[in-house]
Order: sequence, then C-alpha cells, then structure tokens
Amino acid sequence: MELNAEEKAMLAGERGEAVKKAIEYQMEVGNFWGAKRFVPVTNVHMMGDIEVMGDGGLGFLEETARLGARCVVGTTTNARCIDFTHCKHLGQDEGEAVKEKRIIATLQKMNVVTTDTCINYQTVYQPHLGERVAWGDTGTVIYANSVFGARSNFESGPAALSAGLTGRTPAYGFHLDEHRKGTFTVEVTARLDDLADWGAVGKLVGESHQSYYAVPVFHGLQRAPQADELKQLGAALASYGSMGMFHMVGVTPEAPSLEAALGGNRPTDAMRIGDAEIEAVYRGYKMGDGDARLVVFSGPQQSIFEMKALAELFDGRKVKEGSSVFVTTNNEVLSQSRKLGYAQKLEAAGVTILEGVCFYILQNLSPMRVANKWTNMVSNSAKIVNIIGAHRFNTILRRTADCVEIACTGVLK
Amino acid sequence: MSAPLATLRVQRAFGPVVEGEAVVSDEGFSPRYDLDRWTGLISKPGHKLEGVNIKDKICFSPTAKGGIAAGWAYYDIKWKKIAPKALIFGVTNPVMVQGALFADMTITEGWEPHPREVVRTGDWVRVDPARKLIEVLKRAP
Repeated sequence: MELNAEEKAMLAGERGEAVKKAIEYQMEVGNFWGAKRFVPVTNVHMMGDIEVMGDGGLGFLEETARLGARCVVGTTTNARCIDFTHCKHLGQDEGEAVKEKRIIATLQKMNVVTTDTCINYQTVYQPHLGERVAWGDTGTVIYANSVFGARSNFESGPAALSAGLTGRTPAYGFHLDEHRKGTFTVEVTARLDDLADWGAVGKLVGESHQSYYAVPVFHGLQRAPQADELKQLGAALASYGSMGMFHMVGVTPEAPSLEAALGGNRPTDAMRIGDAEIEAVYRGYKMGDGDARLVVFSGPQQSIFEMKALAELFDGRKVKEGSSVFVTTNNEVLSQSRKLGYAQKLEAAGVTILEGVCFYILQNLSPMRVANKWTNMVSNSAKIVNIIGAHRFNTILRRTADCVEIACTGVLK
Repeated sequence: MSAPLATLRVQRAFGPVVEGEAVVSDEGFSPRYDLDRWTGLISKPGHKLEGVNIKDKICFSPTAKGGIAAGWAYYDIKWKKIAPKALIFGVTNPVMVQGALFADMTITEGWEPHPREVVRTGDWVRVDPARKLIEVLKRAP
C-alpha cells in the first residue's frame, strides 16, 4: 500500500506502539483486498463485548489500552451482551458481567463513547453522502452505504478499533466507486405492510444472492419506505446475503434512476417479489413442537416508533403466563419511551425491556434456552430468526401484530 | 515428497502454510450463525455440517454469512483451542478476513477448480498462501 507521511510516521511508531500495531494490521487487511491506499474516516462504530471476544479479546483490549491507545475520531460501541439490570434475572454469569464492565471501562479509557447500540444510524450519527466511516455491525454498514450514501465496509471489532486509533481505513470494497454499482435488479410489487415483510424481502434477495459484492437495485415499490422499514430490509440483506449495500430507485441517494443505480452494469438477475412470495416466506417456517413461549423484538434494537407501535399493540393486554417477551433498545430510545409512557405500557403487559443489548448476542444464551426449555423463538425480525441458529433455536418469522398475539395467547399460528 | 493428488488455485490468501483434514461444505459459514463457540461443533439446526467439529480442520465454504462477530470470534476460538486451521472461501467478506488476520489464521478466497470437483471431506490437504495453492495430499480412507 502507498503510505503518506503521516501513515509512515504511524508505521514507524511515532504515535506509539498501539497505533503502530493498528496500522500494521490494517495494512495486512488492505493487502489481502488489494487496497492501494488508506482513506480518512470521520466516525467509527465498533463491536466489543465479552460474549463475542472472550478472554483472549479482553486481554488484547486491555493490552492495547496499556500501550496508550486513544481513538482520534468519534468512536461508538455496538449493542453488547449484558444489561446489568437484568443480568441476574436472566441467569447470566456474574463473572462474565464483571468482565463486561472491564471492557466498557477499557474502551472508555481509549476515548470510545460506549453508546451500546446497533441503531447508531437512527439515534447517534448520520453520515452524509460520500462520507467515509468505519462501522460494524453489518446492519449499520448497509444502512450507511445505502440510505445515507456514506462509505463503509463491514468493519469487525478489531478492524474498527484500529480505524479509530489511526483515523483511517484501507480503501477497498464500498470505498471504491466500482463496487457501489448495482449488480442485479429486484422489482417489488408486494404490499409490505409490516416491518417483517421488509425483512422477508431481505431474506429472499439475500439468501439467493449471497455475496458481499452483490448489490441489489430495488424498484417498483408502491410507496416511499420509512426508516424502520429500510432498517429491517438492510439488516436482513446483510444477514442472509452478507451484503453491504443496496439501491432503491427514487429513494436512496445513488439511485435517482434504475440506470444510474446500475452504473453501466448489466444486471446478472432480475427478481420479482410480490405478495405471494412474501406469504411463502411465512409458510416456510417449521412450527417445531409448537412452543410459543418466547417472542422477541430485537435485532436490530427498536426505534422510538417501534416502541410506540408495540406499546399500542400490548396496551391493556397481558403476556401469556409462562411466556417470555423481550424487547431490546438503546438507552436513548428507552429513556424517551419512559418519558412518553411506552415502556410502562409494555412492562405492564409483562414485556421485559432490555437496554443496550441485542437478544441474539446475550451472554449465556444457550444455557438460558435450556434452562427455560425454549425450543422455538418467534420474532418479527428476519435477521434475528436467521442469526440465532447456533444457539439451536427453531425460529419463526411472523408479522408484528401476530407476534403480539402469539405472546398474549401462547398459541403459535 | 510425492506429487499432490489434485490442486486448487486461490485468488487471495493470507497466513502460514497449514495441513489438515478437509471439511467441504455446500453451505456458507459464519462463526456467529452456525458455530457453537464453546465446543467447535456446527450447531445451527439444519446446517449441512450440523454436528461436525471444525477444530483443526481445513474448512471449505462457498460463501461467508453475516456477520461482524467473526472479527473477534476467530481470535476467541483460537484462544479456546477449538479453531480450524484454515478457512477456504469461494467468496468471503471483509469481516472473515479481518477476523482471520487478527487471529493469524490462514484464509483464502476464490478457487479454481471448484473444490467439489477435487476435494472431499476427510481428504488431507495442504494450504500454501504464499503460492496461492491448495494441494490434496491424501484421500479419505
């Protein structure tokens, strides 16, 4: 890679050992992808929690802090694995909770703003067209690239932290114009009345075109989508397809027309998704043993509008005895939800609201499943029904109102 | 040293030369979605490799799934001594690469010919990133 004077100084250790190690690692990543140079970034969003990084990762983080590491651009954290208020009730390990606190303290020492959210793009930072950032998780990246027209690759915890320390990232992938062009088209005639329908679109498109460099161009939609709908679509595309970008003609900034979105590419496929295809997605889930005792609204965390909608659906109702319903969101949305009375309505119905976490990354989730004898997990998030499989849940996607009905009746439909 | 029984060229590669038993999958892979990161077993119900332990294996997957977790997860499972020796992808994503490099684990992307034509699960293979070459050294018994 070609380095400028500042980057050469970093490599020579002039900004300390932590920065030297970070840029060396970034160069290895850049070399793998054939990056020719670095590009500066203005914002970083990183994943770092004990469930995913383990003791080895914690050791690395503490050693990096000991070397004097300090992020030089605004750096925030993704959802984590423990809500300390509910830790004991959920049967999470006290020892791991202590480690999680060590991670938070270590990140703060390195100038990281521990926001603990996977919806930073809705509540924390909205990059502008062409702005270069270094974000993870994948849902944040696809939203940044597609909806804002910003530029980011999937940046894992160590990669994002490195970008925070050096203020740059290797120029490959979605930092380059050639990878941002649409590669196939998707005509959507389905009504898409519920958030889960948007996730179902993401599942259909992602599953059938798995590639980081596949960029679908959506067209033909019957109305302009809302932010939460694009959130569900993007999260599902990233999850099922490992995709980092999509276009939507007339909606996203790099797609004023189908031709512009394709940028001269000849589409490799032309999908059509109507109501029948969406209904087939719902029919495709196996009901397992019929267990309906776990309903989850998470992955991504809920926005204030999702909290409001759930509060209205649960208002005056009760979660079926023996069932568990979890909603996850971030501190900002939860604070607003308390102020506005949404949280109280949900809690009165028996819903557990978890703050700063996402359900699928909860520490001790597999033992939690066993202890509660949960077999099925029902959710309106296409992403979470895909991603939680390693914990051996049978997962079922349902529309939001249907999820609430299942939660309150205990009957799986 | 006897000649390899078959070879594959890869497009991109990183890491040390490693040898091990191949596990060839028709399904994509993510350590978050598919793997029990405490035992090394593929645990996702219905995954084509469900129940297979990938510790010390050379894992062939057509695609990467998801997922930002791989960035820490490979380091974590290597720390726990349940990591595969190499990840061989048809098409991968940045997180798999970032994670493998962070863990100093061998990873490759792109292949010719398709492994389905020349490698079977249980074959003994060598991955040589510097030469961008995978060699099948011994057939599964």
